[in-house]
Amino acid sequence: MIPVSHYLFLSLALFAVGVVGVLTRRNVIIMLMSIELILNAVNINLVAFSRLYGSVDGQVFAIFVIADAAAEAAVGLGIILAFFRNRKTIHADEMDLLKW
Amino acid sequence: MNWQLIFDQARNDFIFVFPEAMLVFFGLAILLTDFLLTKAQKSWNAYTALVGVLFSAASLFLIRTPAHDVATAFDGAIVIDPFFIFFGLIFLTAAAAVVLLSIGYMDAVEEQRGEYYALILFATAAMMLLACGNDLAVLFLALETMSISFYVLTGFLVRRRNSNEAALKYMLIGAFSSGVLAYGFSILYGLSGSTNLVKIELHIADRATQFAHADALSFLALATVAAGVFFKVAAVPFHQWAPDVYEGAPTTITAYISVASKAAAFALLLRLFLTVYWPVRLDWIAIFAMAAVLSMTLGTFAALTQTNIKRLLAYSSIAQVGYMLLGLVASVDKDGALNQRGLRATAFYLFAYAFFNLGAFAVVVALQKRGMIGDSIDDLRGLGRGCPVAAVLMLLFLLSLAGVPPTAGFVAKLLIFSALIGTGHPILALVGVAYIVPAVYYYFRVVATMWSGDGTEAHATPVIPAAQQFALGVLAVVTLVAGVFPEQFLRLANYGLQVASLR
Repeated sequence: MIPVSHYLFLSLALFAVGVVGVLTRRNVIIMLMSIELILNAVNINLVAFSRLYGSVDGQVFAIFVIADAAAEAAVGLGIILAFFRNRKTIHADEMDLLKW
Repeated sequence: MNWQLIFDQARNDFIFVFPEAMLVFFGLAILLTDFLLTKAQKSWNAYTALVGVLFSAASLFLIRTPAHDVATAFDGAIVIDPFFIFFGLIFLTAAAAVVLLSIGYMDAVEEQRGEYYALILFATAAMMLLACGNDLAVLFLALETMSISFYVLTGFLVRRRNSNEAALKYMLIGAFSSGVLAYGFSILYGLSGSTNLVKIELHIADRATQFAHADALSFLALATVAAGVFFKVAAVPFHQWAPDVYEGAPTTITAYISVASKAAAFALLLRLFLTVYWPVRLDWIAIFAMAAVLSMTLGTFAALTQTNIKRLLAYSSIAQVGYMLLGLVASVDKDGALNQRGLRATAFYLFAYAFFNLGAFAVVVALQKRGMIGDSIDDLRGLGRGCPVAAVLMLLFLLSLAGVPPTAGFVAKLLIFSALIGTGHPILALVGVAYIVPAVYYYFRVVATMWSGDGTEAHATPVIPAAQQFALGVLAVVTLVAGVFPEQFLRLANYGLQVASLR
């Protein structure tokens, strides 16, 4: 059996990749994808702990997080579309009407 | 399986989510009936929303609990305590005021549509759930429902580039902060094997070292959750989204975000830090004190140079968050015991802030006319002569924001400072008092603009609809009465933060 710490390091790595992605990438879609990575790091944590403790609470929570990620992606892409329609760009550096 | 027993249990539980259920029910009803309305009848949706808020308030009144009493439902995932009733009252009042303001505003910007009011109700329901949730999964879901509703509402003026851009920024930063918060939640679950806040607290207490400091893993959970919540309340260093979102969003939504969303995030913060993280309070007190001082500093100095009234109020609200956090710092005594006066001050501040900050935005909303943006400070020129009532109300709300007597803001700040001195933080109190001076300067820049000009300017003679007049009147009366006779409101604040019921 793989010890739980392996899962935690995987999750920490995913989390770090996600955070760095959001902070350094300037394409809005890639930023959104990085956010999904963070949420998946959360899911790995939850499921790993759920198995460690033998309780289903964590898996239930993980399903909610997946549903939330889907809702966020749907609304996020909708907002990106509305933005693109008016501005013809999805580059974060060109969001300069309001001082960033 | 005994279905009768399960059915009875579910029926008992559902009574406790009636306030939220009412809001969701009326929100769905608006979405359905919206199709039947002609363009001229769209504002009826607002009245449906108001009825929903009233029903929700009535069911909140029915399930209210006496002080020190707690009811739990859904296997401890939801608690009905004075804390929830208190915050529910703030959310519903703010929702009612925002709906009243929106009728005229959405007509003026020509975006009168049903989804707008439905989303306001959904966001309100999520906030109520956030105040009564006692389980990580419930709290996370409630927070996300609220945030996603607000992303859409921020971008509701789809034809305006400002609104698009604000929504996009809000969505990216909000989703990022939720992700960080969720990571903290997953570690909390890992520390305890349970998502129930009460059970997690026991495990954190076990792990805390001798001097009530967190061990490394608890501290990681503390830091990520604190970062996530600071994003939501817009405290420095996680405040950058606030000015942009406040400027770009429809002004009514700006008002709602600055008041209700902030109060909801504070409900989450209080619930988490007074239960789960209570055993390691010495750690978070230091973090909060630092964030408070930074928020007051940055909010105050950035507000000095603003030319847009919504942006100015955004920076001022960042500074106000600093004062609220100071109240939390004052809720722990020198010897580490709980100080009820500090908590009461925070609760009173949140309650009063809901009225006077909403009021300041309400005046800006009332000035909105068809085909004009009208949110730069210069647009207020001549208001003092053109519409003295609106100008005097704005003056009252700005005085309250600055903390000048005889307004609610003065009492709120006074309570915070006296609690700070009582718990051995005289320097923090001094810093808080010192920042009132520049605050008075930038608020009075607005006042001076209002009384310059001759009253013939385009914005100087607004036609304020009856619904907006009513909302403005109520907000002004409460701001004034809570400043002159604060006893009743203090009793409410005391009832709301019965810590015995929280812990």
